[in-house]
Amino acid sequence: MAADLSSSYFQLFGLPRTFGIDAAQLDSRYRELQRIVHPDRYVNASDQERRLAMQQATRINEGYQTLKDPLKRGRYLLELGGFVFSDQHHTTRDPEFLMRQMELREALGAVRTAGDPLAVLAGLIDGIADDFAALAVELQSRFTGGDCSDPQAAADTLMKMQFFRRLQEEAQELEAALEDELA
Amino acid sequence: MALLQITEPGEFTAPHAHRLAAGIDLGTTNSLVASVRSGVADTLPDADGRHLLPSVVRYLETGGPVVGEEALAAATEDPLNTIASVKRLMGRGVEDVRRLGTQLPYDFVPGSSAMPLLHTVAGDVSPVEVSAEILRVLKTRAEETLGGELQGVVITVPAYFDEAQRQATKDAGRFAGLNVLRLLNEPTAAAVAYGLDKGSEGVIAIFDLGGGTFDISILRLNRGVFEVMATAGDSSLGGDDIDRLVAHWIMQEAGIADDAGHVQMRRLMHVARTAKEALTDQPAVEVKLERIAGTTWQGELTRARFEELIEPLLQKTLSPCRRTLRDAGIRAADVEAVVMVGGSTRIPLVRQRVGEFFGREPLVDIDPDRVVAVGAAIQADILAGNKPDDEMLLLDVIPLSLGLETMGGLTEKIIPRNSTIPTARAQEFTTFKDGQTAMSLHVVQGERELVSDCRSLARFELRDIPPMVAGAARIRVTFQVDADGLLNVAAEEKMTGARSSIVVKPSYGLSDTEIERMLGDSLSHAREDMELRRLREEQVEADRVLEALRAALTEDGDRILSAGEREVIEAAARELAAARDGADYRAIKAGIGTVEQASSEYVARRMNENIRKAMAGHRVDEFKSSS
Repeated sequence: MAADLSSSYFQLFGLPRTFGIDAAQLDSRYRELQRIVHPDRYVNASDQERRLAMQQATRINEGYQTLKDPLKRGRYLLELGGFVFSDQHHTTRDPEFLMRQMELREALGAVRTAGDPLAVLAGLIDGIADDFAALAVELQSRFTGGDCSDPQAAADTLMKMQFFRRLQEEAQELEAALEDELA
Repeated sequence: MALLQITEPGEFTAPHAHRLAAGIDLGTTNSLVASVRSGVADTLPDADGRHLLPSVVRYLETGGPVVGEEALAAATEDPLNTIASVKRLMGRGVEDVRRLGTQLPYDFVPGSSAMPLLHTVAGDVSPVEVSAEILRVLKTRAEETLGGELQGVVITVPAYFDEAQRQATKDAGRFAGLNVLRLLNEPTAAAVAYGLDKGSEGVIAIFDLGGGTFDISILRLNRGVFEVMATAGDSSLGGDDIDRLVAHWIMQEAGIADDAGHVQMRRLMHVARTAKEALTDQPAVEVKLERIAGTTWQGELTRARFEELIEPLLQKTLSPCRRTLRDAGIRAADVEAVVMVGGSTRIPLVRQRVGEFFGREPLVDIDPDRVVAVGAAIQADILAGNKPDDEMLLLDVIPLSLGLETMGGLTEKIIPRNSTIPTARAQEFTTFKDGQTAMSLHVVQGERELVSDCRSLARFELRDIPPMVAGAARIRVTFQVDADGLLNVAAEEKMTGARSSIVVKPSYGLSDTEIERMLGDSLSHAREDMELRRLREEQVEADRVLEALRAALTEDGDRILSAGEREVIEAAARELAAARDGADYRAIKAGIGTVEQASSEYVARRMNENIRKAMAGHRVDEFKSSS
């Protein structure tokens, strides 16, 4: 018997189904929910209850991760609304975005030869964070509450956010490598 | 509004009897046991008032092994039979041991399943069995002090321990006859002891440098909830390595060659450790070494020279520190308190470097040797069911990413590091050949892209896949990591609904059948006694199931169930109750299965209702507050 998988994460957390979310409220609901279902509460209970508790706690962790992150939340809302994401890499013809892509890739590639690589890299990381934040604002504007009148456009924004996220991960890995080398 | 649970955990015997529970810090150098008595958590001393038990086990030709101070005293004279720092060998394979070479001066022989055994005069023993000896001593100590049988224990492990190391620890607990309630990460345990003691809130860092392992964890404390944000470390870095650096210096000064032999190495390590400890309080120390040849070397080690020797090692601890900050998405300045754990954090230079890194003085007023056991005791007390109203909650994470081997020796990450546990990920696979009925999945741990750079965890063989045309099967594999950080795999073929059976082949551990056999051998029980043990286990489980059901039905059976549904469940319960009093464990097991099936809808409905009630309470509150 599976956990109640029919309710959406919004319902599970007792939150309205909107893109705009109260982060503090989400955090406190998360803790409340884990207090009820966490496996630590069922250490001496029957096998069946322990299994169920683990499933529920897992689902709550999943839900929390999804609702906490604007990229995952946006994608989830679109999916709830019936939008189907094609798995192929979504391309865009937005010239500004393409330019920024190239700029950042070149900049990352040039970090090692800079005079102060870590400082240059820190600046890039801040810049990418700003780009991501701006897109999150754009994404917010595409939703009225939990509904999206132009899901394709929202998916486009999500794709761009995904790109910046991946780039940020690369930048951070480079930062880790440089710090270890220069330490 | 009370947040209800389905049962009061553990309340199937006397409802308000205090259950004896303990926390165990199974350390590389020293081990401790602690318990909560009269509301106070503290470590338990032995008859001579000593709290620390050296993690040293000496095997003798006749009689049982000697554990602790006595064994430690014999270490330099009987090195091959006196096993110290066995924690370094837990969950490690023959290759690891080979690579560690002279660092582990024991006589290794190959065992089954890639696990090395230690050859001693008492026979070949596995690291798991050696650890079990230490646990047995602590079990006895706790039971004698507390005046009864332990219902359960929490055993701590380094946060950075991988699956094999964790499983080995749990296995050691089983061999020692302990009911392991939870494996708890050492930094989290320390955070619990520290956090509850100081009543603190906010972001704290635990810098835990023990005898053989290093962990850095960053947690957020919020009203009794301890949430690990990120953790990193090195499970082969600790005080032992500092001793080695000093020993190496002595060898150079004294003109001792690298192939000095077991006895000389042990003496060197002992002298090195004594010197290291003395330098905490003195600026220089006299070092005297008895060479095997009989001559004596004497010299002086200054703190300045010592610090030069260990500086590279300290730098190695800072890299994981940077990584946890990055993974947690915070800066060093955002950490509000830094707590030092582990004997090695007494070294002045360690405190200095950590203080520099975080930009604040690390907190050292907690006993670095005892804080982990104390935290484990606090959690054990709660898990045993002694504090049903306690609101403390530990949300820990998996320290290493889990991945699957894919084509070309690459890995695909399925669960990223620092995911809050329990967590799961499902992935779909299909078959390559017509009629294929089995499939093998190789799970690894680590952050690298190549399988060869990651740590092999286990091979999971999926069997009983319904034969179909190649590519037609939709096999959904669920990777579930539980609250101990251990992985479970389940597989289901979606077209037919058939569940695959899974045979687990751990890369560095014992299979379930091997464990069962060793348990049988080590307890030297006859076959009849094995049956008795199974019977008792099933009876205990049956009691739990029946009690939980009774409590649930009393509370809401009439409300949630129709008369017909209720009768089905109660009929199954009656059958189980009858089987429970019999002597056939298989009948009891079957009876449990029937009850589970009959009540599964009901149990799930109740849990979902608890959740809905809790969340619905908010909407009511919000309405009230706005009026």
